[in-house]
Amino acid sequence: MTENKEVLIDVKNLKKSFGSLEVLKGIDLQVEKGEVVAIIGPSGSGKSTFLRCINRLDEPDSGEVIFEGNDICGKDADINAVRQKIGMVFQQFNLFNHLTIMENITIGPTMVKGEDEKTAQEKALKLLKRVGLEDKAGEYPSRLSGGQKQRIAIVRALAMDPDVMLFDEPTSALDPEMVGEVLEVMKDLADDGMTMLIVTHEMGFAQKVANRVVFMDGGYIMEEGSPDKVFGNPENPRTQDFLSKVLNTI
Amino acid sequence: MVDIFLNYYDYFLAGARTTVLISLITVFFGFILGCLIAFMKLSKNKLLHGFASIYVTVIRGTPMLVQLYIVYLQTDFIPYPETTFLGVALDRALPCAIALSINSSAYVAEVIRSGIQAVDSGQGEAARSLGMTQKQAMLHIIMPQAIKNILPAIGNEFVTMIKETSIIQYLGVGDIMYNNGIVITATYNPLPCYYISAIIYLVLNIVLGKGINIFERRLQRSDRK
Repeated sequence: MTENKEVLIDVKNLKKSFGSLEVLKGIDLQVEKGEVVAIIGPSGSGKSTFLRCINRLDEPDSGEVIFEGNDICGKDADINAVRQKIGMVFQQFNLFNHLTIMENITIGPTMVKGEDEKTAQEKALKLLKRVGLEDKAGEYPSRLSGGQKQRIAIVRALAMDPDVMLFDEPTSALDPEMVGEVLEVMKDLADDGMTMLIVTHEMGFAQKVANRVVFMDGGYIMEEGSPDKVFGNPENPRTQDFLSKVLNTI
Repeated sequence: MVDIFLNYYDYFLAGARTTVLISLITVFFGFILGCLIAFMKLSKNKLLHGFASIYVTVIRGTPMLVQLYIVYLQTDFIPYPETTFLGVALDRALPCAIALSINSSAYVAEVIRSGIQAVDSGQGEAARSLGMTQKQAMLHIIMPQAIKNILPAIGNEFVTMIKETSIIQYLGVGDIMYNNGIVITATYNPLPCYYISAIIYLVLNIVLGKGINIFERRLQRSDRK
């Protein structure tokens, strides 16, 4: 990856407040194609807001988010077109409850990208096989376990053929025994070369799968680097403090 | 009571027909107007939101009878046609339909607004994250789920409306209660007449309730465990 560096996302001095609460105080981050970036940090540090600013689910107050060379916050940016290329997976899955699993997956490609029903369904089935849930195509989300829902949510995002995937604490709402199956799918995606930004509390996963770990606290990126460096030899005292708390639990 | 009904049933049935007709018109236009007001209230546009808020407050804060007379007496602004339609005098039925529709719309608007807001915001976010426009997300993701919250309350509003239409007797529109009055005058025996009217209203609402139940059950397919 050191050769052909292609910057996919370039965030410059991103700021965001909710009312008087300044959540992001100036974030700069570059993500290269094929990179897996894990974003860690304490609750309220702005991790999720940062992720949501990248596809403008939260509107940044200032700064730039340059995706594939275009500022997506610009006046003539077509955010709906941009979002087609940025897949997002939510903590609460957010599957469409009134649609079957198959419809959940095909509604994006058919409605937004204008794919025909049959192509979309074939692709959906292929993706469902990949996550081992092809037998659930006709079910409604309410009949699935949390882990299954999240795998479907990943498939729904993948069906749009995104260039990057954003994961917002994808395993935080899951029962412990279901975390593994979701992480497995994510690891599979990473091995496949998908560019990924993952807000997570799964330190083991971040260490194993990410190319780079970003530690956020208080609206800033306090430290970033390879997993070995951030986990093995953190420089910033805040990082050290945070990691000692999350890693040295009984 | 049976005698009175057998002798005067055509009065009661004609009244029932008018009540059902006015209720249907009211519910139909009340629903459309209510949707409009609800979306105005959900709008980010301050002017639209402000107008809808005031509208709902005023309509819900004043008696329907007062609204009925105010609409009826607007003859300077609205020239009500002095013709009849299906045996109903339009210069009286029309203001009734308008006043009741306006009244119903305020309640319907609140039901729709709260039904839409009750849909988890994550649903809309997920839709938008796929690249759907605001309109697509509303139409295909949020509304189909909001309907499940809205329908029971709308059904309730329809039932209320059928009963509330009884105030149109004050404008001399021949609904159940107006014709009830005619039969009382003819028989000098009010109590059985009121029983008969009560039963007619009850039957209407039971039928309506059944219809709504069937519709609701069809919508709940996706919730079945």
